[in-house]
Amino acid sequence: MSDTATAKAQQVFQLKSASVSMTALELYYFDNDEFEETLKNKISQAPGFFRDIPLIVSLEKYEGLDSELDFFKIIGACRRNNIHVIGVRGGNDDQRRLARGASLALMPGGAQRDREHETSVEVSEAPAAPAPQVAKEAAETKIISHPVRSGQQIHAPDGDLVVLGPVQAGAEVLAAGSIHVYGPLRGRALAGIHGAESARIFCQSLEAELVSIAGHYKISEDLQDNGWKSAVQIQLRDDLLVVAPLDKA
Amino acid sequence: MARIIVVTSGKGGVGKTTTSASISTGLAKRGHKTVVVDFDVGLRNLDLIMNCERRVVYDFVNVIQGDATLNQALIRDKRVDTLYILPTSQTREKEALTKEGVEKVINELSETFDYIICDSPAGIEHGAQMALYYADEAVVVTNPEVSSVRDSDRILGILQSKSRRAEMGEDPVKEHLLLTRYNPDRVERGEMLSVADVEEILAIPLLGVIPESQVVLNASNQGLPVILETESDAGQAYDDAVARLLGEEREHRFMTNQKKGFFSRMFKGG
Repeated sequence: MSDTATAKAQQVFQLKSASVSMTALELYYFDNDEFEETLKNKISQAPGFFRDIPLIVSLEKYEGLDSELDFFKIIGACRRNNIHVIGVRGGNDDQRRLARGASLALMPGGAQRDREHETSVEVSEAPAAPAPQVAKEAAETKIISHPVRSGQQIHAPDGDLVVLGPVQAGAEVLAAGSIHVYGPLRGRALAGIHGAESARIFCQSLEAELVSIAGHYKISEDLQDNGWKSAVQIQLRDDLLVVAPLDKA
Repeated sequence: MARIIVVTSGKGGVGKTTTSASISTGLAKRGHKTVVVDFDVGLRNLDLIMNCERRVVYDFVNVIQGDATLNQALIRDKRVDTLYILPTSQTREKEALTKEGVEKVINELSETFDYIICDSPAGIEHGAQMALYYADEAVVVTNPEVSSVRDSDRILGILQSKSRRAEMGEDPVKEHLLLTRYNPDRVERGEMLSVADVEEILAIPLLGVIPESQVVLNASNQGLPVILETESDAGQAYDDAVARLLGEEREHRFMTNQKKGFFSRMFKGG
């Protein structure tokens, strides 16, 4: 969808998958006055950084009563301080119902996300750093030496991902950098999930359900004509995913 | 120390219980003290295939809940005297199998048995996860069709991540592929995946190929583990698989169309 659309003229819009680094507010309990006071305190440490940022409320560690959880008050307190609450993460069914009532987006909770989230909190608590994303030197490569089975998800949040075996149909591999699969790629592979357009995907046999680089994706149907079931590399050129045989690289 | 082997598949109706019955019978026939445990709470079938449904008094869930001792629930097979069956409950739900309860029973069985065969329910939910949790080895039963292969792949992933061995960081569960309902004719016509296709996709060692056969159905209906049909190709194929499980080298059979045997068997009606 992403690349074929450029050929057609004048579409109203185009949907792309995006991965954005955001600040999460981990709520432990809710009291309106304490909440706003703590918020003001945090903001005063780095007023520029917090102006007009999107915020998600994480309920995974919420221990207070559901009845005390008032999303309208949370949203109000945040608005008064120029912060936009856009959604909630985690939480039980009742809490999520309350959130929906306040027109907030619902995001799933998860252990994997927790880790990302902790780093983003650390960053936002350090007012000296103006940008939330700080480039790391030599990001770590994750190496998986067994087949990635259907239903499994392997995530390399910082660097490249190397899989020494097949990535099966129904499996998903994601990396901030490039993805190398030394076996058939039958599942979904998403490289450059934080927007790195130089990321590439390499595989011994292209049989993928979906490949994506920096949010530009192609599904299996669009991959059949070029390099299907052969060793290829996939890269992004002028917003187009280009599949090229590996032996000609 | 007993070897704990789970027979699992993800998908239903591929032949898990048939395989559990035959493998446990085959191991017992070779003199190993073997117990086969039915984990399919609520859909009790193993006792039918083992022809002991009329002798069930107490079951697996009774033992877990402390209502009966293991010795009260174990049923001794009438044909092979080193074989025991632990039937499951037909009236409970899968949640009756608690991790602690299953562990207690498995530990107690380990003291007296050489082999514990766990017959898993279909699916990937609680019951299936309990059946594979304590396993040392897994026989993944797969039919030569795309959906079955996909589900087997899924269950292999669960063996890798949710078994006790995975959680404890021990050596991984040893995986075996058992291809059942294999019909070389239909493979030739392109209606079924070939052994090579399935092996290539799943990337685990092949334990055996069981040919599709009327004998399997007849044996199940009579409450006879098909491995005891020693003249039939399916029975012999299971016997080969048991031998391989015990480390014997046996050449794979029944993978190609045997023109002579096939039609004559069809017309004799097995």
